[in-house]
Amino acid sequence: MTVSVKTRNFILLGGVALAAVLVPALLIKIGLIDAYTAQIFTLAGINAIMAISVNIITGVTGQLTLGQAGFMAIGAYTCIWFSQVAHLPLPLAVLTGALFAAFAGFLIGFPTLKLSGDYLAIVTLGFGEILRVVFVNLKDITGGANGKRFTTILAASADIAWIVIIGTLVATIIFLQNFLRSTYGRAILSVREDEIAANSNGIGIFKYKMTGFVVAAFVAGVAGALYAPFIGFVKPDLASFNRSVDYLIYVVLGGMGSITGSVLAAFVLTYLQEFLRFLKEYRLLIYPVILILVMLFRPQGLLGMKELSFVRVWQRLTQPKGAKNGSK
Amino acid sequence: MESLIIFFQQLINGLSLGSIYALIALGYTMVYGIVMLINFAHGDVLMVGAYTGFYILHAMGPSPHALALSFIASMIVCAVAGVTIERFAYRPLRSAPRLNSLITAIAVSLILQNGMRVLPFVGPNPRQFPTMPTVNFQLGHIGISNIQVVVIVVSIALMLVLNYIINWTKVGKAMRAVSFDMRAASLMGISVNRVVAFTFALGSVLAAAGGILFATAYPQIDPTMGAMPGLKAFVAAVLGGIGSVPGAMLGGYILGVAETMTKGFISSQFADAISFSILIVILLVKPTGIMGTKVRVKV
Repeated sequence: MTVSVKTRNFILLGGVALAAVLVPALLIKIGLIDAYTAQIFTLAGINAIMAISVNIITGVTGQLTLGQAGFMAIGAYTCIWFSQVAHLPLPLAVLTGALFAAFAGFLIGFPTLKLSGDYLAIVTLGFGEILRVVFVNLKDITGGANGKRFTTILAASADIAWIVIIGTLVATIIFLQNFLRSTYGRAILSVREDEIAANSNGIGIFKYKMTGFVVAAFVAGVAGALYAPFIGFVKPDLASFNRSVDYLIYVVLGGMGSITGSVLAAFVLTYLQEFLRFLKEYRLLIYPVILILVMLFRPQGLLGMKELSFVRVWQRLTQPKGAKNGSK
Repeated sequence: MESLIIFFQQLINGLSLGSIYALIALGYTMVYGIVMLINFAHGDVLMVGAYTGFYILHAMGPSPHALALSFIASMIVCAVAGVTIERFAYRPLRSAPRLNSLITAIAVSLILQNGMRVLPFVGPNPRQFPTMPTVNFQLGHIGISNIQVVVIVVSIALMLVLNYIINWTKVGKAMRAVSFDMRAASLMGISVNRVVAFTFALGSVLAAAGGILFATAYPQIDPTMGAMPGLKAFVAAVLGGIGSVPGAMLGGYILGVAETMTKGFISSQFADAISFSILIVILLVKPTGIMGTKVRVKV
């Protein structure tokens, strides 16, 4: 083969990413995947973006948070306001939502990131609940406790929704994998591993915790800003503690710190919740039992700290057994 | 003068609400002090206690005898529930990463909530909790109801009993030892498993009492009723310094009074937001809670 490893990997990953975005969209378009299934998996895509967001702050930066859904709600409501009242085009509104969430993350992070461990978890929990109450009471903007309707093209056509949302998911993954391999990413990982050791090597703990927190808030804002136009309906409950816990569950089940693990867990669990519907109300009982069993028998989560790598899968497929690749 | 009356009236309401929060918060703080686990299922144990009380009061009618019996029965049911949860859900995970126990606790909470919902004789619909007829005593301009008196007296009595158990009995000494250093305690011949089980039982007993008192004060029960008081009590426990028993009592009263004061003077819609804001402000000033001890990090 004359292609260099770098080009081959690029083509391989690009191909996988394009296929993940375009092939299902095509199948939805021609009706091979029905609208119901398409909606479940598109929702799983949003859940995956949220799971990544929680993973950045909890798995990668090592700060437990229980209020990430608050940023999602900020993103959702900002997106609605900017596209309905200020009449911004949707992509711009989504970006504004994400930026608002990131700014909120900056403001919240400033006083709270000095706390550690469970205390930080509690403060973020409180933050989410405060936001929920505020959203309930800002009736003019948010529609109060009954929520607000919001119809756009994403809710109307399933294939476009798939392309937009899964496309964003893929872009988020690419961005984060590169971010984690940058100087910033390495510094953040070192803060997670050992704060004191990182600090004595000249890494400003607070700065990097803040970086992780703001990036996570931004990603959560993106997820929220996509959720609102896709579902077409937003309630202040979006910011509630239960929501944040749902996303934390994806992260722990997928493996802390593993971005692909979170994505996988988000898809599996979102589908599982729908799949278990034939059990009627017992479904709500089976889901937590499965959670406990996974925690008991696979405490490190599905993937642990590892990442699912298409490059590695490709190498294993193309190379004969025993011939280990020495270069990496 | 008008606002002074409101102040004292809300102070009494707050003390009554705060006693309930304090009772529930004690369960959180004791469990956290010993196994470092945020027991998110605690609020749902409270719900189980309230339902047990409901069935007894429903069968016997709301008399003081029935109330006393319902306290005892629901304490027994909750103690058994608490020990069972600890044995089958938390004990196998005691050496696992802490986040795993946290997720397990959340899963247990879901199982309790949804389990009650699918049980044929409970069901998802809210029910009216049978209470004694309310009698209001007037102290000048300030009113206090018999229910508030019962809530305050019962909780203070239970807290005194708890204080006695922790500080003056052998098992209380063992609890303090395990909380101080689990491994050293086990080397000194203390059965850690038994002490942890006892702590869960004790916490659940208090939650059962809290559940009946909460249901008496706000007489409507449903399978998710434990979530909000559970969360608030948890905030109270953190406020007082999680792991500290007097801290949990203090935190409960502070939160209760703050919440009723907000309802009386500012706005009833924002009461929840205010209590969480107080939490954030206090943690920013004193990051380990009011009575928490600072853990020194060694390299």
